[in-house]
Amino acid sequence: MKFLDEYRDCEAVQKMAQTIRRSTTRPWTLMEVCGGQTHTIVKTGLQDLLPEAVTLVHGPGCPVCVTPIAMIDRAVAIAGRPAVIFCSFGDMLRVPGSSQSLFDAKALGADVRIVYSPLDALNLARANPDREVVFFAVGFETTAPANAMAVWEAKRQNVSNFSMLVSHVLVPPAMETILSSADCRVQAFLAAGHVCMVMGFEEYVPISRKYRVPVIVTGFEPLDLLEGIQMAIAQLESGRAEVENQYARAVRRPGNHAAQERISDVFEVTRRTWRGIGEIPASGLRLRETYYRFDAELRFPMEIRDAEESPECISGLVLQGIRKPYECPAFAARCTPDTPLGAPMVSSEGACAAYFHFGRRIQDGNPVVSIAAAGD
Amino acid sequence: MAILSCPLPLPATERIVLAHGGGGRLTNQLIEAVFLPAFRNAALESRHDGALLSAEGVRLAMTTDTYVVQPIVFPGGTIGDLAVNGTVNDLAMCGARPIALSAGFVLEEGLSFKTLHAIVASMRDAAHVANVRIVTGDTKVLDKGRGDGLFVNTSGIGLVVAPNRIGPESVRPGDTVIVSGDLGAHGIAVLSVREGLEFEGEVKSDTAPLWPAIEALFNGGIEVHCLRDLTRGGLSSALNEIASASGLNIEVEEKLIPVSDVVQGACELLGLDPFYVANEGRFVAFVPERQAARALDILRSCPVASGAVRAGTVHETPSAIVTMRTRVGGNRVLDMLSGEQLPRIC
Amino acid sequence: MCLAVPGKIVSIIEDGNLGLRRGRVDFSGIRKDVCLDYTAEARVGDYVLVHVGFALTVVDEEEAYRVFEALRELDQLDELKVSAPQ
Repeated sequence: MKFLDEYRDCEAVQKMAQTIRRSTTRPWTLMEVCGGQTHTIVKTGLQDLLPEAVTLVHGPGCPVCVTPIAMIDRAVAIAGRPAVIFCSFGDMLRVPGSSQSLFDAKALGADVRIVYSPLDALNLARANPDREVVFFAVGFETTAPANAMAVWEAKRQNVSNFSMLVSHVLVPPAMETILSSADCRVQAFLAAGHVCMVMGFEEYVPISRKYRVPVIVTGFEPLDLLEGIQMAIAQLESGRAEVENQYARAVRRPGNHAAQERISDVFEVTRRTWRGIGEIPASGLRLRETYYRFDAELRFPMEIRDAEESPECISGLVLQGIRKPYECPAFAARCTPDTPLGAPMVSSEGACAAYFHFGRRIQDGNPVVSIAAAGD
Repeated sequence: MAILSCPLPLPATERIVLAHGGGGRLTNQLIEAVFLPAFRNAALESRHDGALLSAEGVRLAMTTDTYVVQPIVFPGGTIGDLAVNGTVNDLAMCGARPIALSAGFVLEEGLSFKTLHAIVASMRDAAHVANVRIVTGDTKVLDKGRGDGLFVNTSGIGLVVAPNRIGPESVRPGDTVIVSGDLGAHGIAVLSVREGLEFEGEVKSDTAPLWPAIEALFNGGIEVHCLRDLTRGGLSSALNEIASASGLNIEVEEKLIPVSDVVQGACELLGLDPFYVANEGRFVAFVPERQAARALDILRSCPVASGAVRAGTVHETPSAIVTMRTRVGGNRVLDMLSGEQLPRIC
Repeated sequence: MCLAVPGKIVSIIEDGNLGLRRGRVDFSGIRKDVCLDYTAEARVGDYVLVHVGFALTVVDEEEAYRVFEALRELDQLDELKVSAPQ
């Protein structure tokens, strides 16, 4: 595929890795924010190509992982209502709430459907006027323009049986939270390229200055990630701390103006609870008052208790990059994709699941650090 | 992407969930937890595609499979083609020449005769190509709303022709892993109808009878250690089953494994991993390294395996898992599919 | 939450009825309808990055190849080093 395959070219990737090896003289710790980037790194085995001095830690860039259990419980409860068609992206279906996931609810008879676009959910609402169609709007800024458009269209076309359960989160506040933590080891960030495609990267400049960290807007293919790492290392080695754009084929400094406008028509910034981290002020989106009638939380009011997390789960430490998944005592033992104790093990974007699936797993009852290491 | 092989938490599975039929981890758990303990016997416990039986010194293979695919007609075939080829192929994977099939139909009230004729005609044609007869059958009808139009079960009997025992227990460190052709065509063809994907060209199911290619290997004197056709759960599931049963490591190279552009494109769009997408006319073969080149030559001269490639090697360790050297030179585990592969947007 | 796939715009439909500007986009031989409302500047023949059915940016083709030019230059530098007298 054009504009994809070229960035997976082995020779180019190897060359970029070599450039990194040549220019790294000291240990550095970098964090990539987006779950999609974590996924590529672990899936392609990119860490095997980096010098030992470069440590990659994985940030909370998995909106599925950071969705509070209470929100899943709310989704499950709404899906269980008789007239409801509950629509969601596939990613959310398996996350367990305090007792069920949406997939379980589906097995028990709830009308839960996977859609590829929020507009599909809107079309379902128009096609089924006697049903209540609810769309689970989980995501970062990347998905906000699509979700905003769906609601905007619903209002414009006066679709009365459509609503959204909103659990949108914003990246820059999460980065600040991580950087302001006393345990913070992160020395440079690879910012989420597609989030910046929508929002631009102006908002990272004050963060970069305040905490003196390089921030590189980075894409998602192996060559993008390595180039982003190389740009970060170049800054670190020379003592600079600026915002740079690796993903210039897709990202411009101001971002997508039309998308930003639609987002702010429909949504406003609010505080959000990030599972595993806690409440971060001004870190999420909710529907504006003019769109309240499309808010599923208001349309289906219900008491949802705050759920308890497993005491063993250290997902907060993992999501902030303070611990690696295999440093968790429960990893690959009591906590596996089949029996997850916390969200990073459930969603394949989550660091724990990625490590488990792609290489850091159990061998004869003992956690194996890496396949590459095992073979060495 | 990667795939989205999202696992299902165990406590939730007090009931059967869709993933139990997915061909991955949960299917295996189901077999191990429910069926094996109930029906204990050696033939069953070998966990191969078919059962190897012996009667009066004659070696036979027997297999059964039920076909529930939706939609029942898709680009490149029908549920009838799958029903014939799938069972014929399971026999072939045991090293057995298919002799006869049974066909059991479960029809939903309201199914059109036109559709039934079309399915049955495709079974007739597939059986003809596969050189097998459908010798006995059964029909049941369910109330409207209780079935998906049509389900078919086919069981097959074959004559074991393979000179040596074929199965995971025969795989040896150093063996070469061969894949008979490109991945994912069937799964994408079916999904394209379900998801309304339009293709500029056409993606057709790869359903085909594989016995001629297998027979050619035996006739060519290849010491085949193991065979497995790729179905639900794709290449990954087949390799994981064999790695698990043999206790060995199967290491494959991503860049050697063919995936057509359009299957790749569909997988990117849907957020799927071609290594986990279903096939219906592809298999893996494990042969001694010294015979690999000859085996490839033989396979490539068979239409149904013309795209055969060397995909990897068997090692002693790390045991019972499938590892992959990625296209960019890193390493990863090719894990067993846990739940259903769901499309992802992340 | 960021799978955006690049595809080429094959045709554009300004649908006054729905108010949505749509495009037929080709992804390696697969055709899908995509909402182009957020990429007003996109034209037939352009590549766009599509996320959940919406085009969010037009690919800057010049920028796309910059990294490969840089890698080629690195190669040339390496060759110079190798051939230079020790």
